[in-house]
Amino acid sequence: MRLTAVELVCHRGGRDVFSGVSFVVGSGEALTISGRNGAGKSSLLRMVVGLLRTTGGRIALEGGDPELSIAEQAHYLGHQDALKGSLTVAENLRFWAGFFGARSIDVREPLEAVGLSALAGLPAAYLSAGQRRRLSIARLIAAPRRIWLLDEPTSTLDAAARDRLADLMRAHLAGGGLILAASHGPIGLQKTEELRLDQTVAAGAAT
Amino acid sequence: MTPLAALLVRDMRIAMRVGGGALMGVLFFLVVVTLIPFAIGPDLVLLKRIGPAILWLAALLASLLALDRLFAGDHDDGSLDLILMGRAPLELVVAVKGFAHWLTTGLPLVICAPLIGLLLNLDLTSEGALMLTLIVGTPALTFIGLIGAAIAVTLRRGGLLLAVIVLPLTVPILIFGVAAANAAVTGPAPFGTPFMILCALTLASLVVGPFAAAAALRQEIE
Repeated sequence: MRLTAVELVCHRGGRDVFSGVSFVVGSGEALTISGRNGAGKSSLLRMVVGLLRTTGGRIALEGGDPELSIAEQAHYLGHQDALKGSLTVAENLRFWAGFFGARSIDVREPLEAVGLSALAGLPAAYLSAGQRRRLSIARLIAAPRRIWLLDEPTSTLDAAARDRLADLMRAHLAGGGLILAASHGPIGLQKTEELRLDQTVAAGAAT
Repeated sequence: MTPLAALLVRDMRIAMRVGGGALMGVLFFLVVVTLIPFAIGPDLVLLKRIGPAILWLAALLASLLALDRLFAGDHDDGSLDLILMGRAPLELVVAVKGFAHWLTTGLPLVICAPLIGLLLNLDLTSEGALMLTLIVGTPALTFIGLIGAAIAVTLRRGGLLLAVIVLPLTVPILIFGVAAANAAVTGPAPFGTPFMILCALTLASLVVGPFAAAAALRQEIE
């Protein structure tokens, strides 16, 4: 499985955010996207899943399911946690697992993986920011999809949760998945390619 | 569980929990209809004559009440992004959300209508006919409302805009719904003709609503 982007251009609000961004990520590989605030890290991720229209360039996936779009094979972990405060932790997760077509909707295992099993019956409104983020991460495990797009996944997480996320990412890569992560700092993986968006605007091209 | 079933269960749960829209709609409906006899006075003949129209108007306003949060809630917390990434067709997703909304806000109105109809001096046959028009007509109100809810999704105070967009579109449903109900209450016009047209309007809105709302939601993607 290979995700390829060629000469992507992002133009938002009358301003060129970035242009000439190209990258290739294969199975078992992780690419971190870095850059100053407003460099277009989030926009790039949203473009890959079609939540933002590309102004130019193209994105292609080889080796995936030809019947499905990239978005339908990807998980997107955005700034917002997509949780309903009136539903319990387990209900929130069960919904997303069901909606993303997970075969089993047993949520104990994913909740265990992010260390939230003790809070399964608690309405999500009572969770802290870090716990909400961990519940969102549990969604990635509850319904397996090969492509993970993570927008600053480690923000709001404590050290233990970061380690746990790194373990989950390593397991995902080992299972043939691929990861695109926008981040300001290291995300806890050793072997990652890095795409710097600041330079791509200046040089007009990147790896 | 299929994606659409999961969505139906989740939306109904949210509506029925504290802060959801289910109870609010019914209470609004009951309060508005209860106030009318106080305002008009105990003129039984008049109440009977305008009863169906009042119940229909109250049902129309009540079913719009919680509609502005239908997509805006999902948009604000990021759920809509993920819903767009699902494998279920967006048109069906929208239709399921509309159906869940109707089950939690429209259906309770229909069930309450006979009870509250007593306040408006309606007899048993009229109440049956009125209930029939409401059960056929309220889904149309919800599904036309979907379009407005989808257009107003990114706006902070979308409720007013929603009403401005949706209310004119509901005029035909109101006309034929009230016409059918009136025919049953006061006669002598036949009940069948306006009722059939009401059924046709509902069937059309069940198809047009989800497609139009899904198209509007896709436009929200920048």
